[in-house]
Amino acid sequence: MNNTTYDVIIIGAGISGTCIARELSKTNAKVCLIDKEDDVSCGSSKANSGIVHAGYDAKSGTLMAKYNVRGAELYPSLSKKLNFDYKNIGSLVLAFDEDGVKKLDELLLRGKKNGVKGLRIVEQEELRSMEKNINENAVAALYAPSAGIISPYQSTWAFAESAVINGTTFLRSTMVHSISKNEDGTFTLQTSSGILQTKFIVNAAGLAADKISKMAGARDFTILQRRGEYCLLDNKCENLVNHVLFQTPGPLGKGVLITQTVDGNILIGPSADDATNETLDYTGTTSASQSAILQSAVRSVTDIPKRNIINSFAGIRAIAYQKNAEQKLEPVNDFIVEEDKNVKGFVNVAGICSPGLTSAPAIAEDVVVILKKAGLKTEQNKSFIEERKGILSFKHSDKKEKLSLIKQNPLYGQIICRCEMITEGEIVASIHSPIGAVDLDGVKRRTRAGMGRCQSGFCSPRVTEILSRELGVPMIDITKRGGTSYVLDSKTRATVEDIIIKKTTQE
Amino acid sequence: MEEKIYDLIVVGGGPAGLAAVISAKQNGLKEVLVLERDSRAGGILLQCIHNGFGLHYFGEELTGPEYAGRFVKQSQELNVETKVNTMVLEIHKGNPIHEVVAINSTDGLMCLKTKTIALAMGCRERTRGALVIPGTRPAGIFTAGSAQRFVNIDGYLPGKKVVILGSGDIGLIMARRLTLEGAEVKLVCEIMNYSAGLARNMTQCLENFNIPLKLSTTITQIHGTERVTGVTIAKVDEHRKPIPGTEEYIECDTVLLSVGLIPENEVSIAAGVTIDSITSGPSVNQFMETSLPGIFACGNSVHVHDLVDFVTEESLLAGKCAADYVKAQNSTEQSSEKKTAPTIISVTPGNRVRYTVPQRLDLIPTSDAVKNKSENNTTENDEKIRIMFRSTDVYRSITVTVMAGTKLLTQQKKRIVRPGEMQTVEIKATDVQELISSPQPITVSIEMPEDSID
Amino acid sequence: MTKMENEKNIKHLTCIVCPMGCQLEVTLPEDYSEENKRTFDSSLFKVTGNTCKRGDSYARKELTTPERTLTCTVAVANGKRALVSAKTNGEVPKEKLLDCMQLVRRLTVNAPVAQGQILAKDILQTGIDLIACESVS
Repeated sequence: MNNTTYDVIIIGAGISGTCIARELSKTNAKVCLIDKEDDVSCGSSKANSGIVHAGYDAKSGTLMAKYNVRGAELYPSLSKKLNFDYKNIGSLVLAFDEDGVKKLDELLLRGKKNGVKGLRIVEQEELRSMEKNINENAVAALYAPSAGIISPYQSTWAFAESAVINGTTFLRSTMVHSISKNEDGTFTLQTSSGILQTKFIVNAAGLAADKISKMAGARDFTILQRRGEYCLLDNKCENLVNHVLFQTPGPLGKGVLITQTVDGNILIGPSADDATNETLDYTGTTSASQSAILQSAVRSVTDIPKRNIINSFAGIRAIAYQKNAEQKLEPVNDFIVEEDKNVKGFVNVAGICSPGLTSAPAIAEDVVVILKKAGLKTEQNKSFIEERKGILSFKHSDKKEKLSLIKQNPLYGQIICRCEMITEGEIVASIHSPIGAVDLDGVKRRTRAGMGRCQSGFCSPRVTEILSRELGVPMIDITKRGGTSYVLDSKTRATVEDIIIKKTTQE
Repeated sequence: MEEKIYDLIVVGGGPAGLAAVISAKQNGLKEVLVLERDSRAGGILLQCIHNGFGLHYFGEELTGPEYAGRFVKQSQELNVETKVNTMVLEIHKGNPIHEVVAINSTDGLMCLKTKTIALAMGCRERTRGALVIPGTRPAGIFTAGSAQRFVNIDGYLPGKKVVILGSGDIGLIMARRLTLEGAEVKLVCEIMNYSAGLARNMTQCLENFNIPLKLSTTITQIHGTERVTGVTIAKVDEHRKPIPGTEEYIECDTVLLSVGLIPENEVSIAAGVTIDSITSGPSVNQFMETSLPGIFACGNSVHVHDLVDFVTEESLLAGKCAADYVKAQNSTEQSSEKKTAPTIISVTPGNRVRYTVPQRLDLIPTSDAVKNKSENNTTENDEKIRIMFRSTDVYRSITVTVMAGTKLLTQQKKRIVRPGEMQTVEIKATDVQELISSPQPITVSIEMPEDSID
Repeated sequence: MTKMENEKNIKHLTCIVCPMGCQLEVTLPEDYSEENKRTFDSSLFKVTGNTCKRGDSYARKELTTPERTLTCTVAVANGKRALVSAKTNGEVPKEKLLDCMQLVRRLTVNAPVAQGQILAKDILQTGIDLIACESVS
């Protein structure tokens, strides 16, 4: 098996783990990034609002506030270097009454204290010139020009690939079963991929962070799950709103957001449904929450074109709780980013709920500092490659680029996903990328094939064929999202396989 | 070198596109081109391996591939230029030459010039996402058409234990097909209180294989993390809302959705073609011409059909009209005559009628019409205009009435009309010519015996 | 017709010959049963509800020796495509449909396949052939 002792093993390839991996890859540390799923960003990083928050919402003095503001600063240049989408569309927190306006003032003050630039209150006339479809009950808004939107899984993948390009090892489908500390201070991990040895561990395991911490005998905290449901509108509704629209709390609770996504859809949500023992890890949607988020959304925008809903989904927030003096669970109300007090060399990065996505690049910077303080000895990685190319988007190329792409590689002349105009060339590239797609959802997250109006009705047979051909795997072994999520059941005829194999040998 | 200008480019090489291009060629157009996104022409019929096609048009019962094959053969015999594996990305309305932007691996990105376009893109299926069916997102959820492609073209069984939502013909056909290939179709659920499909399919697809059908029932939740493990179904009330307490869990590994077809019009909308919000297809005139002159549309792209025979007839007309258009353009170019602007008569759905195709009649004065037609040697007296429509519900012993204002154009008794069966009614071209002098909107209604007559 | 005949043996079926799907009503003689239906003289049935002659014939056949056309796909070896769509060139006994499919599933034909080509002759001794509906190169 593997006899290497890593310098750092990062458990969890979500936004936190992948940002940390990239940050570490700037050094010559030997890093292994592992995830129990077959791909990066399969947990909370896959399904959330995708907002780069400005930073007025987090309580001053918390890690959340510190990392949020720093992360928001970092995203614009990171998006360019790592070639992922980022749009600086700004955000508006809408107030509907006096209490709401008071809340806006509170947020304005807090934001300034946290170091957020450009915050200001906009009144009726200006508000309506910024947003034509706003509900007439909105009276004022807090405008944050530094807020933006990203695609959470696309960016996570970009960070991960950058890390891998710079020497990080990525192990898929690797579930940690036990962690033990050795006499020399190193750790031994028993995993589903065998035994791994490392000097340091970064626990970025998201919803399972509490279990991992316990496994290592480190800090005792609890991750409670809070499901957030969303729905998505067709990209023909893109101009419904121009900014990320938040709401001050109302009768129905915290409120929902309405925003464009970087892909031109409209996103509405999230709900806040605490998981029970029966609904742990449940990322399904419910009719109750779907109705609730639409009802809530009407407070911001009167006419939500429900006829244009193309999909709905849910993600789970990892909220950190700990036992108080009376042994009752109470919220930590902040990120946990620290070397464990008792287990040296074990760094917890847990409870990364909102503004986690925004904060991740900043958390990563600090985690490297923490690791160094904890004794990680490294030098600068002199061959560090700053940029990561990703895959070229055919749709967004100009005519000249399109023509040359097709000339170089005829597969760019084959449109596979008609709704989003994705070519076979891109799909093949996504499979052979440094962290390539291995299943249908992986192709979807990397290329957007299947995310359009027809929701993969047209392209899924074709994408399945391409995966089968490129991975050299029989069609019936292709999955939607790893594990046993097989797309198909069986061949109907014994000879059917041959076409795929024949195509591969012909090329 | 001068850039080639086609007479007609057809978007889509299915039954609609093929009939249009064949008709255009037969009516004199020389430079025609079919652009087809799949690896061969034939359209969706290629995966419809069951029979039932062609009873009207050919007088025989054919399978989908056989029906399509006849038109493919004919287009080949007429030497119609066809590009396969080619996707049309955009069309741009020109004055008078239009542009079609298409892409394939051999020609790369093409910007093709043409005098007329026939939009024949067919339709797409309604999705789980659009229905917002609660539950998880496991593997094993298919639209009926996707599943049909896997089974009939690729040769794979999508799953072993199937629940089908939607009793339209596609769902019923797939119920039988999957059973024949060894799957267990446990149930077909239909949210309405009647089946949307043909009665014959209820018999030969469900009853003959002991597959139960539950009306007024829908799927309220899909279960399973990686692959489907089951569905929860429930009865619905008259507003099609689930009735609490009627839920039932059905174990299965596959969910097939046959919940509606939507005309495909990405390219049409982007080009600025006016869309009828009820059909979701372009509004057309009696020549199958859209709101953009020289851009025609036919087949499922205009409105979803039940019988491909109707698609063929509609598309033959579109192709002929495209040919007429080109010829008229050529003759106008030669003469210094100005073309008269047509009188537009709207055709609207009246009582109990959901929609009509065409949605308008563009009438040109007789003298001009005669000039155009005289080249083709057709007389006007027998000429009929066919209006296709659907009823809003099942009605028996009805009379189809076509009025122009208060004037009755035609009346027709029918024993029964169903929303799932497209109807046609014909009016005389001469009757309609009279409207040029005094324009009146035309209404198609379904009258019942108990309606009061003033 | 006696009252007893009226009550007893009336079957309702949908005609499947064409998309119209006429609702047929067939009055069967008293001595008709599931056991003897195969050899029963169907001219003794009374058929109503059909719009054409084919519906009448269908009703009589369906209640004695029901038959169906089978449409399916057959595996192709060494061809441009994996399958060729096929159909029986006549109707086979309805109860033999699934058995026919057992045979079809084990059948492979070599490319090229021509439309109309016989893929399986006299399938399950029914006297009916399975023919290709399209060609595969």
